[in-house]
Amino acid sequence: MNKTFNNKAWFFVLPVFFLVAISAIIPLMTVVNYSVQDTFGNNQFFWAGTEWFSDILSSSRFHNALIRNLSFSFIILAIEIPLGIIVALAMPRKGIWVPVCLILMALPLLIPWNVVGTIWQVFGRADIGLLGASLAALGIEYNYAQNAIDAWVTIVVMDVWHWTSLVVLLCYAGLVSIPEAYYQAARIDGASRWKVFRYIQLPKMNRVLLIAVLLRFMDSFMIYTEPFVLTGGGPGNATTFLSIDLVKLAIGQFDLGPAAAMSIVYFLIILLLSWVFYTVMTNYGTDKPDGGTGAG
Amino acid sequence: MMSSQTSKRSFKWLIPTIYIIFLMLPIYWLINMSFKTNQEILSTFTLFPAEPTLRNYAVIFSDASWYSGYINSMIYVGLNTVISVSVALPAAYAFSRYRFLGDKHLFFWLLTNRMAPPAVFALPFFQLYSAFGLIDTHIAVALAHCLFNVPLAVWILEGFMSGVPKEIDETAYLDGYSFPKFFVKIFVPLIASGIGVAAFFCFMFSWVELLIARTLTVTAAKPIAATMTRTVSASGLDWGVLAAAGVLTIIPGALVIYFVRNYIAKGFALGRV
Repeated sequence: MNKTFNNKAWFFVLPVFFLVAISAIIPLMTVVNYSVQDTFGNNQFFWAGTEWFSDILSSSRFHNALIRNLSFSFIILAIEIPLGIIVALAMPRKGIWVPVCLILMALPLLIPWNVVGTIWQVFGRADIGLLGASLAALGIEYNYAQNAIDAWVTIVVMDVWHWTSLVVLLCYAGLVSIPEAYYQAARIDGASRWKVFRYIQLPKMNRVLLIAVLLRFMDSFMIYTEPFVLTGGGPGNATTFLSIDLVKLAIGQFDLGPAAAMSIVYFLIILLLSWVFYTVMTNYGTDKPDGGTGAG
Repeated sequence: MMSSQTSKRSFKWLIPTIYIIFLMLPIYWLINMSFKTNQEILSTFTLFPAEPTLRNYAVIFSDASWYSGYINSMIYVGLNTVISVSVALPAAYAFSRYRFLGDKHLFFWLLTNRMAPPAVFALPFFQLYSAFGLIDTHIAVALAHCLFNVPLAVWILEGFMSGVPKEIDETAYLDGYSFPKFFVKIFVPLIASGIGVAAFFCFMFSWVELLIARTLTVTAAKPIAATMTRTVSASGLDWGVLAAAGVLTIIPGALVIYFVRNYIAKGFALGRV
């Protein structure tokens, strides 16, 4: 759509600008302020320069949390994206079952995040949970509170449970937008099921898939509540992701300087990711709303 | 497609079915537990409550520290939804219809706030709202949640508004409509579904968020979700009540999801599918 240039449009944007600026800029300034100062707790602050930043960037604690977070994001993307595509492809396209599927699948997305943690905390316990008890009955030793691998598996399965439906819904939205004529053409050409997927469905899902990957990556990169409720970052530090570590540092230990420096590093990573996301959302395929054709 | 799939049709429904069963199992277990007595939960392993009881729900509905959590959550979520959508409407209109100085930067900046980790903002928010004496009030949580909900609402509404042809605006002006009259009488009804979706998503993200809500509240505005975590650690693990409270937090989402089922993907894609 060709838009007219008119700076009066700013008046429409002002309420949003002020509301978000108060919520975003003032707290961010506080963080910047703390990140370059030191305090002995009596409200006296000393200039510390970039000390906290070099501390954070060279601390193994930060590196470990970052690595844990990246591995977690990678694992859940590797599971959720293919699984989401498979489920979306197998979903019915019309009929009574469509709304049933959509509603049931969307349900986990609307559960408060700490309740998600609680549900899995209960579900996985060997004494009272269905999953824990079933595994125990099968003779598999499983305890997410003691064993780091079990904790990781539980958190990954929990996230798959919680968020795969987002991928399904986005892919499904992409799939239903494919005109029936495309399939008819493929049938006339005698295309195999795989060819239909590779050359018709996948290119059509390109854009929604990108959105799904980016959203899942960013949200998993800031995951806090679910693992906090389930494992509290433990056993040991096995599931201490960046957000959990940051809250420990800021509110638990009240180390404002390092916490602020870490916040800023964290935020810069998110900013970079957001920029990628923005570029994709606003440029990719918007000029051709039908999406790409051919081998995308 | 039809001919190539007739042979597979017999088992294609299996995949969504298995997936949905996987989704429903933990929820079923929670509902199951919520109708059991604590004794049954801890001593025996039953797939259905042997002696179904409503005690757990009765505890929640009769204890103010429980049910006030729901009321608090509802108040700040409602406030947040109203604030977010009403300020986002004109802004989204501006973004969808005009180019102006810094529009792209502003749009990007809004997005970064949607993507900002709440953990980064928890402590500064606490200090900011302390300074204004707003800690433990509903409005503090509602305003804090605007950080991510206003950008979300702007993006979703912009997506819907861009789907309305600009000629409609121009025709209305030619017909002598003033801008406010056009906006309320013609434009808002055209994007009613978009407003519904934006409101739904604001509702949802405010409802599921806990970190900021918990940081900003002590007792008077404490959300139900935070009440749950407290009870887990403090009162000797009343599993039945915990399960019942969990079930009750699922219900609001389950009730409204029906209305947005066809738009939910568009909402998650920030209005861009």
